[in-house]
Amino acid sequence: MGTEASSNEWPLWEVFVRSRAGLDHKHCGSLHAADAKMAVQLAREVYTRRQEGSSIWVVRSDQIVASDPGDKDMFFDPMEDKVYRHPTFYKLPPDVDHM
Amino acid sequence: MYTQAMDTEAAEKAKAVTTLEEAELMKRFDARIDEGGFIEAKDWMPEHYRKTLVRQISQHAHSEIVGMLPEGNWVTRAPTLKRKAILLAKIQDEGGHGLYLYAAAETLGVSRDQLLDALHTGKAKYSSIFNYPTLTWADVGVIGWLVDGAAIMNQVPLCRCSYAPYARAMIRICREESFHQRQGYDSLLVMMQQGTAEQKVMVQDAVNRWWWPSLMMFGPPDAESTHSAQSMRWGIKRISNDDLRQKFVDATVQQAQVLGVTLPDPDLAWNEARGHWDFGCIDWDEFWRVVGGDGPCNRERLAGRVKAWEDGQWVRDAALAHAARQRTRKEAA
Repeated sequence: MGTEASSNEWPLWEVFVRSRAGLDHKHCGSLHAADAKMAVQLAREVYTRRQEGSSIWVVRSDQIVASDPGDKDMFFDPMEDKVYRHPTFYKLPPDVDHM
Repeated sequence: MYTQAMDTEAAEKAKAVTTLEEAELMKRFDARIDEGGFIEAKDWMPEHYRKTLVRQISQHAHSEIVGMLPEGNWVTRAPTLKRKAILLAKIQDEGGHGLYLYAAAETLGVSRDQLLDALHTGKAKYSSIFNYPTLTWADVGVIGWLVDGAAIMNQVPLCRCSYAPYARAMIRICREESFHQRQGYDSLLVMMQQGTAEQKVMVQDAVNRWWWPSLMMFGPPDAESTHSAQSMRWGIKRISNDDLRQKFVDATVQQAQVLGVTLPDPDLAWNEARGHWDFGCIDWDEFWRVVGGDGPCNRERLAGRVKAWEDGQWVRDAALAHAARQRTRKEAA
């Protein structure tokens, strides 16, 4: 992600690859392509030359909405003091602690 | 494959921090670097850090792309179908590595067109090693063994670079690089063990020509390395040029023995006290000459890139025109 494409530069796409069935698609990089079909083909050449993938998603970089890194602390802080959301918060008697 | 420590340009002065807010951001940035943290594309970073990275990553990308040329010279002349398939796969990897790196550089706010323009106009540098010619088939093997071997030494520490998009690209590249070195060594081994006397001479000749330029790939000596201190401070560089060069020599000596070739350096000797191999003086005049544009193939390489780019212009335009038309049709339907 990043720069605005200049007038005759192919637009930028983000590439997500599922390495094998059962796993998530994972972001693995970006590339320039004229359209979606070409982006999928190029993604195969650029990111899966050694069978790293069984499925590819591409999405125009300018279509991605992201959280603001400048607000990172404020944005994620509310979860910091909620330790009771974790199973380890609860101390149970040893006999049943594997629950 | 190949970055050389390309800190070969005059050092720029880091811009002084101006505002109070900037000073606070700078403090946080330094703290993150100090604790071994990563910087992501959208994080605040000092302008000088950004510029250093754009220069280093794009030069690295250019090196990958230009690096396809000397090898491409041998695709149609590879001795067997197997070697041809291997060479094609390797060259395709280099193209891929260039693309990972251009994408990483673009996260810093430069466009692909700007980066390519800097290469094509001669403003940006690429690794000086590619300005040497590939005269025989043995050169292809030696490039894999020595040039890619040196590149791996250079690149493994970059997997821990503080700029995360670069580090991620480097992890991907290093994973693929080992094949390059091994296939080169393997092809030389076949010639040395099963080849004719002439083929063995050819291998030795290629080693003689590529050894010193490979050592130059690690960049100027630490004492003359203009950007090193700042790059070390920022976690862009992790190990010094001279240390990496020594590591490479130490690793390569035994490989040469197994292969049955001589490294062309009469001063090469095991130093018990240091626990390292001593080696002779590098001809830095030659290095600076090649970096400055006067290597055996500088003009040919650049002209090759510019021609490829210009010859491909109509394809890029046609693809965009096709995409625009498809979009209009879809909207009309």
